[in-house]
Amino acid sequence: MIEAGHFAAFLALVFSGLQAGFGLAGDRARSGLFAKIAFTTMVFAFLTLVWAFARSDFSVELVASHSHTLKPFGYKIAGTWGNHEGSMALWCVVALGFAASAAWLMKSDRPAFEARTLGAQGLLSFGSLAYLLFASSPFTRLDPAPLQGQGLNPLLQDPALAIHPPMLYIGYVGYSFVFALAAAGLIEGRIDRQWATTARNWALAAFVPLTLGIALGSYWAYYELGWGGWWFWDPVENASLMPWLIGAALMHSIIVTEKRGSFSAWTALLAVLAFCFSMLGAFLVRSGVLTSVHAFAVDPLRGSLLLAGLLVFGGAALLLFALRAPKVSGGPSWTAASREGALMGNNLVLTVATATVMLGTLFPLLAEALGETISVGEPYFNLTFTPIMALALIALPVVQAWAWGRADLSSLWKWAAGFAGLVGLFWLAGIGPLDIPLLAGFGLALGVWLVFGAAQEIWRRAKTAARLPKMPLRVWGMTIAHAGLGIFVIGAVLQTSGRTQTTLALQEGESQPVAGWVVQLEDVSSIEGPNWYADRATLSVRKGSARSELQPQKRYYPAARMPTSETAIHKTGTGDLYVALGDGRRNREGETRWTFEIFHNPLIDLIYLGVALIALGGGLSMAGKRTRTSNRTGETA
Amino acid sequence: MRARTKRLWGVGTAAILIAAAVALSAVALRQHADLFYTPGTIAEKGLPEAGKRVRVGGWVQEGSLVYGDAADMTFLIEDSSGETVEVSYTGIAPDLFREGEGVVATGRFDNTGDFTAESILAKHDENYEPRELKKAGQATS
Repeated sequence: MIEAGHFAAFLALVFSGLQAGFGLAGDRARSGLFAKIAFTTMVFAFLTLVWAFARSDFSVELVASHSHTLKPFGYKIAGTWGNHEGSMALWCVVALGFAASAAWLMKSDRPAFEARTLGAQGLLSFGSLAYLLFASSPFTRLDPAPLQGQGLNPLLQDPALAIHPPMLYIGYVGYSFVFALAAAGLIEGRIDRQWATTARNWALAAFVPLTLGIALGSYWAYYELGWGGWWFWDPVENASLMPWLIGAALMHSIIVTEKRGSFSAWTALLAVLAFCFSMLGAFLVRSGVLTSVHAFAVDPLRGSLLLAGLLVFGGAALLLFALRAPKVSGGPSWTAASREGALMGNNLVLTVATATVMLGTLFPLLAEALGETISVGEPYFNLTFTPIMALALIALPVVQAWAWGRADLSSLWKWAAGFAGLVGLFWLAGIGPLDIPLLAGFGLALGVWLVFGAAQEIWRRAKTAARLPKMPLRVWGMTIAHAGLGIFVIGAVLQTSGRTQTTLALQEGESQPVAGWVVQLEDVSSIEGPNWYADRATLSVRKGSARSELQPQKRYYPAARMPTSETAIHKTGTGDLYVALGDGRRNREGETRWTFEIFHNPLIDLIYLGVALIALGGGLSMAGKRTRTSNRTGETA
Repeated sequence: MRARTKRLWGVGTAAILIAAAVALSAVALRQHADLFYTPGTIAEKGLPEAGKRVRVGGWVQEGSLVYGDAADMTFLIEDSSGETVEVSYTGIAPDLFREGEGVVATGRFDNTGDFTAESILAKHDENYEPRELKKAGQATS
């Protein structure tokens, strides 16, 4: 069975080669046909892998080293992509899937452009498949087959992490298709309004899953790692944040190209960069060049191949860009204080912010080359990334009302007064009853400012309540995403400034106060699961009449010879009471005390709600009707 | 003329923003890049500046782990040089933190040369170790 899959993957390689060849030669019909065939054969190849995992066929090396008969069935399936080789196979499926759906969906009056897009995407798929088959084949047999597998890394045995990689990959690979669109547009010398209308939807199709993928990863880290936080500025987290930031910049720049025909070259450059950062992300995750909590698979050879791929595709695209970009500019003139100027500012901030993240992430590598071992942590990012982004967020509600071409600045002072008033209000409340530090007060004001700004913007456009439901989905999408950003900021600020952490060592029956709650250790018992056993602590927590029971565990997975923590979270309505169980320690007097790390995370759900709203906003604007564009520049917004 | 003014505006704003970002990054990296030490390099070059966040890596010496009455503990980090650094830490240790295993502790030295860790990184699965530990050489125990 797995041999059939292996063969099918080779066929997919050949077909994606044909897709690339015919596509670059300008044959839309044949290229599209081969894209669909390549996708179908690759799906079959991937399903043979899934089948091998489902049946725990340990004669397949990948299954033997990453699965186990006792593993719950759902995680056997998810185990297919919970490892390097399998995840690369998934990468290829998604890459071909984008090409196949494009072959099916793209219906414009520009067959040559579509053919070149499919051709460029075919080349990328061909490269990915070649890497899969020749550098990380999942289709290898083991002889003799072992009787039992070695199990999946238990940290990955988790629902959020089962869907996190596919989401992230749809995002990463989605940018490969936007990249292909940009390459085709550059070849044709036509990065114009029609191009932008097409590219915008595909950019959203990458942005939304990437957003969800990052959020899922963050949520997983929150409840699974037992560190109580939601973002650690870990290199691998940064690796997914960088394409997201560039993707966000691209989405705003593409609007200018779509509505006005301006920024064409810049938009094309961002489309190229979004994919380069996706490749860089894959490289950082897979090569293990950086110390990271995520560095699971470490293989220098694969790392260098991925780096080579990044350099070849990225270099070729940048060369193409350098050669062709002068052919693609245009649009009516605009002043600095205009919607174009505002969106340029947005792009400038997002790219500079990306650069600071990249510097912080790669600096340890640079230093290592110079013989110094260092690490760059949260304080660096708080000092660079955060203030730079704050700048853009302060401006957002003000400048989004600016008109194309030249804006009316007469109400600027009202906005400035409004923001100053809001910050003052939070500062007064902070000094008085609420006891919030000044910086946190500023951050909260900023979050509220963004939510207010989003509401104000849709009201400005609708003018009356009756017209609100009739506003285009695109406008709703933008409003909801910007409001989500505000809610995210509020959540993140509350987390950073209001989180408390307490370490306890309790004997059975003992109790202690934590963050206004009384925590009592009832008992610790041993329990068993399908492929693990655990110490489970039962804690009762009380605050006034509110009572709850928390049962954090310390699990041990014999197949992987590895312990993990299972945290317990009590939703208090105003936040999370979060408990991680440490080890039992016997002191000199022979008493056993169990250690606990207890966090109180105020309103942490706002962070995830905010990000979910950003994704929802993206989804709505994708679902919205396309604006009809001609290639003459005129006012449509 | 207008096109030129527009370009000047754009380039000016971009230049200011980029200059600010570069300055911020330089300051932030100077202050917040945590240097890595092993017990051997400390013995050789002297203690790092008191109060500055650093990372110390090596292996947890067999028999050195002592728990206090609360969630506090102390242990010795050793490396192939045979030198050790004593670490105090309050909190729950990572799942794979054990005597004889690799560890990287992030924390600060005080004026008297005692090291207090804020966080401890152990290898997080059986196949992965913090990269820095290659630098510390093989454990002698």
